[in-house]
Amino acid sequence: MKWTWFHRLGSPKWFYELSGRWLPWFAVATVLLIATGLVWGLAIAPPDYQQGNSFRIIYIHVPASFLAQSIYISLAIAGVVGLVWKMKIADVALQQSAPIGAWMAFISLLTGAIWGKPTWGAYWVWDARLTAMLILLFLYFGVIALGQAISNRDSAAKACAVLSIVGVVNIPIIKYSVDWWNTLHQPATFSVIEKPAMPVEMWVPLLIMVLGFYCFFTTVLLMRMRLEILRREAKTSWVKAEVTRLVGKKHE
Amino acid sequence: MSRVFFLLILREARLLARRPAELANPLVFFAIVIALFPLAVGPETQMLRTLSPGLIWVAALLAVLLSLENLFRSDFEDGSLEQWVVSPHPLTVLVLAKVFAHWLFSGLALVLLSPVLAIMLGLPADRVPILLASLLLGTPILSLLGAVGAALTVGLKRGGILLALLILPLYIPVLILGSGVLQAALQGLPTLGYLLWMASLMMLTITFTPFAIAAGLKISVGE
Repeated sequence: MKWTWFHRLGSPKWFYELSGRWLPWFAVATVLLIATGLVWGLAIAPPDYQQGNSFRIIYIHVPASFLAQSIYISLAIAGVVGLVWKMKIADVALQQSAPIGAWMAFISLLTGAIWGKPTWGAYWVWDARLTAMLILLFLYFGVIALGQAISNRDSAAKACAVLSIVGVVNIPIIKYSVDWWNTLHQPATFSVIEKPAMPVEMWVPLLIMVLGFYCFFTTVLLMRMRLEILRREAKTSWVKAEVTRLVGKKHE
Repeated sequence: MSRVFFLLILREARLLARRPAELANPLVFFAIVIALFPLAVGPETQMLRTLSPGLIWVAALLAVLLSLENLFRSDFEDGSLEQWVVSPHPLTVLVLAKVFAHWLFSGLALVLLSPVLAIMLGLPADRVPILLASLLLGTPILSLLGAVGAALTVGLKRGGILLALLILPLYIPVLILGSGVLQAALQGLPTLGYLLWMASLMMLTITFTPFAIAAGLKISVGE
């Protein structure tokens, strides 16, 4: 009985209405958190005693890395939900969050490279963490490419679900083996990664940025999902009514 | 159940015997890729020896990938796959037989060919058993993981490059462990730990991937 909310999520119309109510809250939270975090992190937090101001890029880098990892896990969760309960919404969520995850992995790699040049003296080193993130980016590309290659929408959804589940099972193994490979070939050259315990003035803005990024992800995902739902359900009467309402509003 | 398993393997053997090129092409590819590296990086024995573990494993990985593209293709086209899906036998067992047969004729051949190429790259002859052991444990993992990708892409017109995109990231642990064994062996370090890890990964893939392969085939057939 308590699960009715969960099964209701399977209805695109219900989800559309519910997400419409959630969306403004997440959008406001995103703007507030990211604005606070950015000002605090970039302007107010003290510079690092070793890295100076270049450390400030972690306020983008760390949240993006967090998101890149957790979005892939959410892909697999959406995949399981889609395969087990045959929920259309789960398929939509899976396909729509994969590109966001890929972007986050890319941002994480890019900011890492920008930070690496002044700090390590190289844009790229074959460090275990960097390599694992690169592999994660490739895994995202795989899911996106598979989803686009299969023309039948239901098959594409199921195939992506299977692939992301296989990927998630593999991620710990990949992570472990990459860690091992790195320690095997280049013993701890970059202990810089293991930062000294951060002072409070540094990690509070970081925490705010992480929360802000999660809210940002939720906002963008909800927007993308709503658009996709409108596209998929274009033939139903409620979508037609909704579109007329939206378009009509603009003309006034 | 076991009868079906053996019948399927027998069927695969017959089919391959009639199309020997399918068996030979990945092996030739493997040999050519290995031959390209000395041409590209120079013929110094010492360097080739240090690089040989990585070269052999990358080439083996690509060769397995190449052979996997057509794993389910002909069965998909002539409708055998649909018969598998509707047959009373569990699809997981059928796909396991199919992949096992594929490994038996392509993976094993690759393992047997590898010592020749390894010695050409300058790997000391007394390290060859370790190479064989690592490939014997590693190639089944490659076949099984690759079969997941092959099952998902079998219905697509141009599945080849997509298959590589899906599967190569998943091959990384095998690549690291496989070449790690040889690196360790070259440096005279103990290799048993690596081999045990590969064996456990192999058991893991044998246990779980048939379900993913079966799910993938059902999706592809249902389309």
